Amino acid sequence: MKLVVVSAGLSVPSSTRLLGDRLAAAVGRRTPVDVQVVELRELAVEIAHNFTNGFAGRSLSAAIDAVTGADGLIVVTPVFSASYSGLFKSFFDVIEPDALAGRAVLLAATGGTARHSLVLEHALRPLFAHLKTVVVPTGVYAASEDWGAEGLDARIERAAGELAGLMSGLSGARPGEKASDGFAEVVPFEERLAALRA
Amino acid sequence: MQFGIFSVGDVTPDPTTGRTPTERERIKAMVAIALKAEEVGLDVFATGEHHNPPFVPSSPTTMLGYIAAQTERLILSTSTTLITTNDPVKIAEDFAMLQQLADGRVDLMMGRGNTGPVYPWFGQDIRQGINLAIENYALLHRLWREDVVNWEGKFRSPLQGFTSTPRPLDGVPPFVWHGSIRSPEIAEQAAYYGDGFFHNNIFWPADHTKRMVELYRSRYAHYGHGTAEQAIVGLGGQIFMRRNSQDAVREFRPYFDVAPVYGHGPSLEDVTDQTPLTVGSPEQVIEKTLKFREYAGDYQRQLFLVDHAGLPLKTVLEQIDMLGEEVVPVLRKEFAVGRPAEVPEAPTHASLLKAQEVAV
Repeated sequence: MKLVVVSAGLSVPSSTRLLGDRLAAAVGRRTPVDVQVVELRELAVEIAHNFTNGFAGRSLSAAIDAVTGADGLIVVTPVFSASYSGLFKSFFDVIEPDALAGRAVLLAATGGTARHSLVLEHALRPLFAHLKTVVVPTGVYAASEDWGAEGLDARIERAAGELAGLMSGLSGARPGEKASDGFAEVVPFEERLAALRA
Repeated sequence: MQFGIFSVGDVTPDPTTGRTPTERERIKAMVAIALKAEEVGLDVFATGEHHNPPFVPSSPTTMLGYIAAQTERLILSTSTTLITTNDPVKIAEDFAMLQQLADGRVDLMMGRGNTGPVYPWFGQDIRQGINLAIENYALLHRLWREDVVNWEGKFRSPLQGFTSTPRPLDGVPPFVWHGSIRSPEIAEQAAYYGDGFFHNNIFWPADHTKRMVELYRSRYAHYGHGTAEQAIVGLGGQIFMRRNSQDAVREFRPYFDVAPVYGHGPSLEDVTDQTPLTVGSPEQVIEKTLKFREYAGDYQRQLFLVDHAGLPLKTVLEQIDMLGEEVVPVLRKEFAVGRPAEVPEAPTHASLLKAQEVAV
């Protein structure tokens, strides 16, 4: 199965990326997955150009294909101004509506303080509900102090277990199916005309 | 194969001087562009239709009628006529009038328009865009083919015993193209009627062009109008030329960098690499345009965008001169090479009249 980590961390090295990697490794211990990491930092300019010009450049296009073709996603953002970062949101803004419908998603965020931990619930979860993804119950938030404290490992393991289970279940039911774009199955024109006459 | 110019009709400041043309100057410039197109031997001039600033062409048949009076061979067309927010009855009347005045040198391209507020300004709802295009065109199609129409639909008041006048010239309705960037429903519509399909083929990578043209061709064959290769395809393209390609890049860059639609985005080099835009020598324009055939098949009409982003009229006319003198003659010759005999030319009034006479 294909697992894609979307990391919106900006620094190198990045604790956001580190959290994504640890979550991916934990999923990989439970079920065989091919892991691909999408670093939004590298796509920042192409994402901006997608807004100004209406199409994705080559690297962004490849990243979107990876994300929309994944069986599971781990999405990780730093907390900026009490929410996900603008870059993180912008990446999901340039993906076609419904392209992520039904995907299994694990939400994660990093921040300088534990005071923002509910960003997972008040910002990320509604966004991924809107995108019609299936989000695992446990989100993982890592504040600076969590990297030296007990508890983060356990949350990573619990969330990874949930995602691994969901990916297996969903993959059985809905193997990498893409949303219809109207090209594969054309509605015959008579049907469209008839619908207007009805 | 037909070659021509299509204009958006934007009033944009020239970024190199800061000067914005007046509406009158821009309107007259569009006319001068059309006249130049005829002078240098191009086949088609098409104007956009817009109902909001900074665009001037809200009344295409007025402009095209004025051009018709000053030309002899040029086909007058649109890019596009808003089939969603215009009353199809008025389109039928306006374009039949234009067709009569222009001795048949008229066709038109249907489009939906993507400016949200225009729909409510004309009493419509953009969420019904596809359905408006389907129903309004179905009515327009009948108005040009049936002398007396009784009609009732969802979006317009009913008609009882209505005759659209004037009737189409010689009983031959103007040929219709349907333009769409990425809506399969419109490719399907064009195929259903056996009309032409036009893809603007500018500003974005060509993958949408390829998918839409392929769908249109296969559905054209499905509806029995001919083989997929015989479907009537038109493409856009955007160019800026100078003898020396470096001069073209240097001169066009200030316009490109701040242009409406794609300015303030990726570099000119990236966009020429990833989209059908060509900025360079006439030879480069020829080379890239000939490649359109690789993803669209042998096609019937090629229109170029040359007059937007604030380019001065003088520069635009120079572009059209180069098109007429150096580019289009080569394209005509090269596109004919390897073109199967059964691939038709774009329908004209003369060819449609002939086909009608044969049918009778």
